[in-house]
Amino acid sequence: MIGIVDYGCGNPGSVLSMLRRIQVPARRVRSEEDFEGCDRFVLPGVGAFDDVVTRFRASGLEGKLEQRVRDQRAPLLGICVGMQMLADASEEGVEPGFGWVPGRVRHLSHIVPEATRLPVMGWQYVEERSHGIFPADEDTRFYFVHSYYFEVEREADLMLVASTPGYPPAAVRRGNIIGTQFHPEKSHRFGMALLSWFSQWEPDR
Amino acid sequence: MKTFRKRVIPTLLVDGRRLVKTQRFSDPTYIGDPVNTVRIFNEKQVDELVVLDIGASKGRRGPQLDLLAEMAEEAFMPLAYGGGVRSVSEVRNILSLGFEKVILNSVTHSDPSFVTEASRIFGRSTLVGSIDVRRKSLGRQELVSAATTRRGSDPVAEARRLENLGVGEILLQSVDRDGTLTGFDLELIRRVTGAVKIPVVAAGGAATITDLVSGVAAGASAVAAGAMFVFRGPHRAVLISYPTDDDLAVLG
Repeated sequence: MIGIVDYGCGNPGSVLSMLRRIQVPARRVRSEEDFEGCDRFVLPGVGAFDDVVTRFRASGLEGKLEQRVRDQRAPLLGICVGMQMLADASEEGVEPGFGWVPGRVRHLSHIVPEATRLPVMGWQYVEERSHGIFPADEDTRFYFVHSYYFEVEREADLMLVASTPGYPPAAVRRGNIIGTQFHPEKSHRFGMALLSWFSQWEPDR
Repeated sequence: MKTFRKRVIPTLLVDGRRLVKTQRFSDPTYIGDPVNTVRIFNEKQVDELVVLDIGASKGRRGPQLDLLAEMAEEAFMPLAYGGGVRSVSEVRNILSLGFEKVILNSVTHSDPSFVTEASRIFGRSTLVGSIDVRRKSLGRQELVSAATTRRGSDPVAEARRLENLGVGEILLQSVDRDGTLTGFDLELIRRVTGAVKIPVVAAGGAATITDLVSGVAAGASAVAAGAMFVFRGPHRAVLISYPTDDDLAVLG
């Protein structure tokens, strides 16, 4: 059972609909009791960094999620700002991140060519970095919408990168924790493949 | 290394529970059921969908959240919604249903500070500013809103104004080309895309893949179309369609 952390930001409903479509059991996690019976978690997030982090911390779910993910090593998938929250900090705000995947969130203007229109909105092909984690083939693409990106501290934490030269990390992974900058729940069959893989993923514990 | 092409976006107009298609923003023709149409576009794996409620602003009744929820349930692709959105709580509700972006038009004039506030809370990438442009005689242009109120005369100034207020994308619609299948207003696209740094989605008039290519060549970051994807043939028979990836590869 996948628990979708629902703290009033982003679109847990879209993740649930896609999981329902691929017949993966899932439910919303809105209270500590809802964690019961879930063996892995998805942390969605849409919005400005500080607003999302503040809402998450105010939800009362932080302690329990930390216990399940950090102490008991339950697999976690953070999506979009739900991924950026895993970092130490973000240029977009002043609130600290979780610090679960070492790195910081920076504005895309630091790395993309000057002529690039920001925010970036659209589909990107991706390539694997941490081989053997999620099998991306040459057609695998995902939908991105963002102005900030996750800069990993350690190269080894890169899981997927966009195929466009100079484009930032598409997904990071550290141990049992994964974060995707893109929206798998909005990426048609490619997103279904990723969520289906995540539902069965057994990281080294 | 390969880069995916520019986005191609069907635009769906809803009026009540009906899916319609207009010509020059008038004469809505009944197309079908909006939820079923989303289901068909989802099967065709479209890049993204824009949903505009053409009655929401006019009647001041706001977004139809029940209908939007049903549409979102069928959509495993990005969604943007526009029509009668005026408050932070409405934006939050629409996002929570599974829409990534909210499109603002009338409210950017009646309450510009709301746009800045929403941008601060939800981030620039969540907000789209829409500009509806109608040409007048002697090459002059005027801006209109969904409520067809006149809004001044310069699309370029309007685009910059919206960018400064904090939207992350512009939906640029040519009213004169809407539903006419006569191609984009390329000059308009050139002028507006040259004036802002955020992405611009061109809309109004596209009939063929060649038109879409021209829109991208004129500077659009994405191209939207309504009639092209819901009608077929000279008698405008209703047929939901979307080009294949191979057909769209020319977009670059």
